[in-house]
Amino acid sequence: MAEPKTKDLLWDPIFNRNPIALGVLGVCSALAVTGKMQTAFVMTLCVVFVLACSSFAVSLIRNQIPNSVRIGAQITIIATMVIVVAEILEAFLFDISKQLSVYVGLIITNCIVMGRAEAFAMKNGPKPSFIDGIGHALGYGMVLLVVAFFRELFGSGSLFGIEIMKPVTQGGWYVTNGLMVLPPSAFFLITFMIWAIRTWKPDQIEED
Amino acid sequence: MEQYLNLFIKAVFIENMALAFFLGMCTFLAVSKSVKTAIGLGIAVIFMVTVTVPVNNLLFQFLLKPGALAWAGYGHLDLSFLGLLTYISVIAAMVQVLEMVLDRFVPLLYNALGIFLPLITVNCAILGGSLFMVERDYNFAESIVYGLGAGTGWALALVCLAGIREKMSYSNPPAALRGLGATFAVTGLMAMAFMAFAGIKL
Repeated sequence: MAEPKTKDLLWDPIFNRNPIALGVLGVCSALAVTGKMQTAFVMTLCVVFVLACSSFAVSLIRNQIPNSVRIGAQITIIATMVIVVAEILEAFLFDISKQLSVYVGLIITNCIVMGRAEAFAMKNGPKPSFIDGIGHALGYGMVLLVVAFFRELFGSGSLFGIEIMKPVTQGGWYVTNGLMVLPPSAFFLITFMIWAIRTWKPDQIEED
Repeated sequence: MEQYLNLFIKAVFIENMALAFFLGMCTFLAVSKSVKTAIGLGIAVIFMVTVTVPVNNLLFQFLLKPGALAWAGYGHLDLSFLGLLTYISVIAAMVQVLEMVLDRFVPLLYNALGIFLPLITVNCAILGGSLFMVERDYNFAESIVYGLGAGTGWALALVCLAGIREKMSYSNPPAALRGLGATFAVTGLMAMAFMAFAGIKL
């Protein structure tokens, strides 16, 4: 196998092999934290950190892990990284950590993290694994941020908490779209995203 | 008794794991192609949540909670930061034990569940159940009821979606929406339907 290029490792997962749009991975948290840009952004940072570091660590010790306990070893590494992130959030960004509630902990069971550890980090060196981790986390983060952008803009007329369109409730002109605040809107937005991506890149269409 | 019934109904319908909190979505979307497999996975999940939530509850009450180690003379310790690591280890261990027990005593069920058992370790609905239990500070009895309810709710949503997807295979959506896209849209509609329960206070 030829050594994969750094650029491809980073950019491929964002558009060509997006973990959410193509592989149904890590959808759980993607839907729950997208009500506001701020939470989505913090969540993205958390996942970038966890995924990059855990891929790096798994790759470092990949030759020492016996095959039969590899899942346990990977999950322990991932859980440790997530605890670090959760403690940092609680110490410095307490409000946001309350809003994200259990979803920070649920990064452990985010299939992207496990999937990359199993599929890439176990077979490649630390440096490509680290970059591969960042790439996949960014692909995940991109979906998160796009969904959050539409939900916050149309749901409450603001972005990052800054008012863009003044809602009628505060004497403005914009009638807020109640559906966008509610969780199901995330499903519809992702549907449209998948539709758009697959129309643009027809080779991703499923045959069944 | 009434309070437990309320908690159960709340966990199944109002706070449905899959449709209100989006937990276990990966498996939810991937294993909902036929009703039969959906029922198998559903039973496995109900069982796992009902077992792991109370076990984690005991661990939290007697080992991890701030001041929980008072019985051993270490009342000043606060080990709650070890929570995540503990819960996921318990879940992984339980899956392993369950797999061995089923293989030995109920081979029929073991064969029926097949690949789903190991998959359950990374199902966020199971870990989510334990985390919500800690966040809401349930006692032991409540945690059993909550575990059963959360698992049942998830299984119910999974089987419903599988039923819809079986019928949907006769439809003809735009090529780019086939498979994943259409499934997302259907799940969204189902989540909206479940929101009708949202205002109910028990």
